[in-house]
Amino acid sequence: MQFGIFTVGDLTADPLTGRPQTERERIKGTVAIALKAEEIGLDVFATGEHHNPPFVPSSPTTLLGYIAAQTERIILSTSTTLITTNDPVKIAEDFATLQQLADGRVDLMLGRGNTGPVYPWFGQDIRQGIPLAIENYALLHQLWRETNVNWQGRFRTPLQGFTAVPRPLDGVPPFVWHGSIRSPEIAEQAAYYGDGFFANHIFWPKEHFQKLIELYRTRYAHYGHGTPEQAVVGLGGQIFMRPRSQDAIREFRPYFDNSPVYRGGPSLEETMEQTPISVGSPQEIIEKTLSFRETFGDYQRQLFLMDSGGLPVKTVLEQLDILGEEVLPVLRKEFAARRADNVPAGPVHPAAAAAH
Amino acid sequence: MPKLVVISAGLSQPSSTRLLADQLAAETDRLLPSEIHTVELRDVAGDITNNLLTGYPSPKLRAEIEAVTAADALIAVTPVFSASYSGLFKSFFDVLDVGVLTDKPVLMGATGGSARHSLALEYALRPLFAYLRARVVPTAVFAASEDWGAGGGNGGLASRITRAAGELAELLGSRPERSAPVEELIPFEQQLAALRAPQR
Repeated sequence: MQFGIFTVGDLTADPLTGRPQTERERIKGTVAIALKAEEIGLDVFATGEHHNPPFVPSSPTTLLGYIAAQTERIILSTSTTLITTNDPVKIAEDFATLQQLADGRVDLMLGRGNTGPVYPWFGQDIRQGIPLAIENYALLHQLWRETNVNWQGRFRTPLQGFTAVPRPLDGVPPFVWHGSIRSPEIAEQAAYYGDGFFANHIFWPKEHFQKLIELYRTRYAHYGHGTPEQAVVGLGGQIFMRPRSQDAIREFRPYFDNSPVYRGGPSLEETMEQTPISVGSPQEIIEKTLSFRETFGDYQRQLFLMDSGGLPVKTVLEQLDILGEEVLPVLRKEFAARRADNVPAGPVHPAAAAAH
Repeated sequence: MPKLVVISAGLSQPSSTRLLADQLAAETDRLLPSEIHTVELRDVAGDITNNLLTGYPSPKLRAEIEAVTAADALIAVTPVFSASYSGLFKSFFDVLDVGVLTDKPVLMGATGGSARHSLALEYALRPLFAYLRARVVPTAVFAASEDWGAGGGNGGLASRITRAAGELAELLGSRPERSAPVEELIPFEQQLAALRAPQR
């Protein structure tokens, strides 16, 4: 089981001061958070991709390359990479470069995660979201596995005898997760290729995702990649901890109420009941996270959102310390104890290269 | 027994909107015995707003949405506010999944202070349900304050209720049993092949 953090990179004003961080503070702060993630023993750091304010991460491989140079062990990933509006050729090249530089510590999560206005900025149309995700990934998949590619599709200019360089490290492309909130087509796509399926999970009740994950597991087996239990599943979560539950709630509430996602909706307490957000003592965080396994079965990767809603970097770093000291060791032990024998570990490059 | 779901957007207690909804339901049930479930939108008003903001319903609202989804027919009644259905009434239909009302028989009703509001049914509610692809019965029932008085009993409101309920019962009775919709999976090869097909 792999544990990590994923960020959306929102520049939300701190409700206590009313002042947002500058872009530079946010970007450098994100690097500090990623370095801390490695220091406390997390397995994964993942960054989102957005092209509109109030978000800063529009260039994930630049950010991850900078982090790769300062880390040794942590896997660098995305949450998400926009397979709809990015050129699959450029994704193939950017991530192969990053993979070479980071000695294989790279994977990525693909998503459609765009709002309507973003598509036209990149010459696309949101109504074509699913076909774009399908065609662009089919090309990306091919570019990482074949040289001298001849290709023609609906959305991109044709390729004649094209080889994406650099080639993937050791001939093994970065592992790919497909992220989805509602679309069975994407679960089916992940199953077809035998790739991972990531259910963002945060902001929505589990019922949304139980059906998708079950579909993915069933179809993963249908396509002959293994049993349904062996399918590669990732889940999101969102946590805030203090030694005493009531302190955690009191401190986090202004940030919850200020969040662009939660603002004006149900209370923190109601949202905790219905979604994976977990605010309380380390023990409560442990119990809620373990409950995800009861809901979805054994899974391979758990990512937490910990830096959203205007929380100061200093607070996020403190949170990571608590995670590393009090939560992570217990979660590792408990998940390992519960895991069925035939369930594979989370994807890492050395294992994939050895199997290649 | 057909499942009949009654949606009332009345706000006061007692509410003339709820009263009209109940009378429409009782008359339909008399003509065609039904399993009746009533959704009082007031009781889930906050949940509807939260659903608009978060994209998912609370457990309580989810139960009501599931009842509407599973219904064989609907009776939907709203007060007329500012020349149209109430915002709460519209918001409830806004949080339903796409296609939930497709082909579903619907009897619509409205209440207001004066009969001069009665056409709101025809220029506001009927287009809404047409957009949602529901099968709306021809007679829509409007009840003004005056309808609840002495004139309402004979010939007035009561006969409109009977006519409308009769249309709904007839439409409902003539329909084959609904089976639960099957979610179709499009196999991946087919999704990919669709992209490779020549475009016009």
